[in-house]
Amino acid sequence: MEKNLNDIFQAKIDREEKIEPKDWMPDAYRKTLIRQISQHAHSEIVGMLPEGNWITRAPTLRRKVALMAKVQDEAGHGLYLYSACETLGIDRDTLFEQLHSGKAKYSSIFNYPTLSWADIGSIGWLVDGAAIMNQVPLCRCSYGPYARAMVRVCKEESFHQRQGFEILLNLSKGSDEQKAMLQESVNRWWWPAMMMFGPSDADSPNTQQSMQWKIKRFTNDELRQKFVDICYEQAKILNVTLPDPDIKWNEERGHYDFGEINWDEFWQVVKGNGPCNKERIAARKTAWEEGAWVREAAVAHANKRAARKTKKVA
Amino acid sequence: MANHLHDFLIHLGDNALILGHRLSELTSHGPVLEQDMAMTNIALDLVGQTRNIFQVAAKLQGNGATEDSIAYTRDATSYKNILLVEQKNGDFAKTVLRQFFYDAFNYHAYQRLLKSSNKDIAAIAEKAIKEITYHLKWSAEWVIRLGDGTEESNSRINAAIDDLWPYTEEMFKFTDYELACHDEGIFPDIHGIKAEWDEEVKNIFAEATLTVPEDGWMHDGGKRGVHSEHLGFLLAEMQFLQRAYPGQQW
Repeated sequence: MEKNLNDIFQAKIDREEKIEPKDWMPDAYRKTLIRQISQHAHSEIVGMLPEGNWITRAPTLRRKVALMAKVQDEAGHGLYLYSACETLGIDRDTLFEQLHSGKAKYSSIFNYPTLSWADIGSIGWLVDGAAIMNQVPLCRCSYGPYARAMVRVCKEESFHQRQGFEILLNLSKGSDEQKAMLQESVNRWWWPAMMMFGPSDADSPNTQQSMQWKIKRFTNDELRQKFVDICYEQAKILNVTLPDPDIKWNEERGHYDFGEINWDEFWQVVKGNGPCNKERIAARKTAWEEGAWVREAAVAHANKRAARKTKKVA
Repeated sequence: MANHLHDFLIHLGDNALILGHRLSELTSHGPVLEQDMAMTNIALDLVGQTRNIFQVAAKLQGNGATEDSIAYTRDATSYKNILLVEQKNGDFAKTVLRQFFYDAFNYHAYQRLLKSSNKDIAAIAEKAIKEITYHLKWSAEWVIRLGDGTEESNSRINAAIDDLWPYTEEMFKFTDYELACHDEGIFPDIHGIKAEWDEEVKNIFAEATLTVPEDGWMHDGGKRGVHSEHLGFLLAEMQFLQRAYPGQQW
């Protein structure tokens, strides 16, 4: 019976039909999706923190408004994604607990600090750029609610990426100090952004299954290569050097070759030893714990109101 | 240059900017995702209003002034916001109550600015009033929820009332520039605002099971550039890049 259901399920995926919440699905598919979607939602929420850092220091009113709107969009993405995740039978509070306890992960990139205004541009250009590369194929993911959430997310992300690039472009045309600020920031963000695609295919055991289920459409290394090819050209426009002496055009492959990623750093940050892991989780936990009485008050008031209404009707 | 009009614009813009900035400090730290977004939304509206107001002020000022030169290159003594809006966020109860006191005032003030004899101000009010109506709805609902919620939320909002009530009178203590604008129909019927504000607060407090305090000693000074200690720190943070790298484009 199980085998039969599995076959029907896979055949549906092979026909490019969407799997919906009420459809039968293998436990492993459900688990993989909960892990991936919640990780994605958590990344949006934790990702608000490094950028939120600069809202109060944005250099102009226009930039301040744009950055607030961007960070607010990320809260919105978190909401759609938590909702998509809830369709798989897990609630938002449980997902938060998993984030706070360290059981659930989020994108390691947000464990790096934002040290200058240029970092807000670099996050838009490189981090959102890498995220888009990862996320556009997810609009065709086999799980309906996730795919639909991603359509909306991707539209806003590409706007964010342009906004980040524009911040950097502006710096590239500015004073020597601004140009130096730009280069210094790109130096710090380039490698962490490259790591956003995850381990090399050889070290990514889940990739094959996720590809078969059409949750994933391209491998980590394919996406990373695409990212390098695009960024190299964009870096020329910004007049910045990517901090990798080994980047060069490979005629035969039709792609840019690039240097070795420091995987030790990658795993250290994943394990919690990045520059800001502790602060990020502490900030999330503080907001959640300090908000407990507010959430309780809202529920208590709603109950009182409902009780009064019932009494009136009676 | 008509000084009272310029001062009045600066006062209006500073109120919106400083409160918007305070709320923006909370982005990504809200008690629940939906309210994080709501507070950022209000902050966005307020800074947006600031931009519209300062653009008019900059035109009046001339000499290459811009919305940003007005926001980022003045020291605290040139800021004309009321003391209420520069008060620290505190807990969610204090944030909500500060917002409610301001929104209730602002709503009735902007109803009047819709009829301003100054076309620019009337146009700004036209756009802002829709936003302010929503802000007032949000903050009033939260005052009710917290007042008539749990014992803890009730005691927190009462503590916030103790802290913030002494800053409310300043809104109705009109300065020379406001009175001059009143005389020219730029800010019509300002003397009617207080009664409407009192009514608004009385009604919402009643629903929230809260008591309107007796009037005691009231602080003022912000509108004349005499601020609390908080504003200097806020400006130091907000103006950092413009001060560290003067005259750059961003």
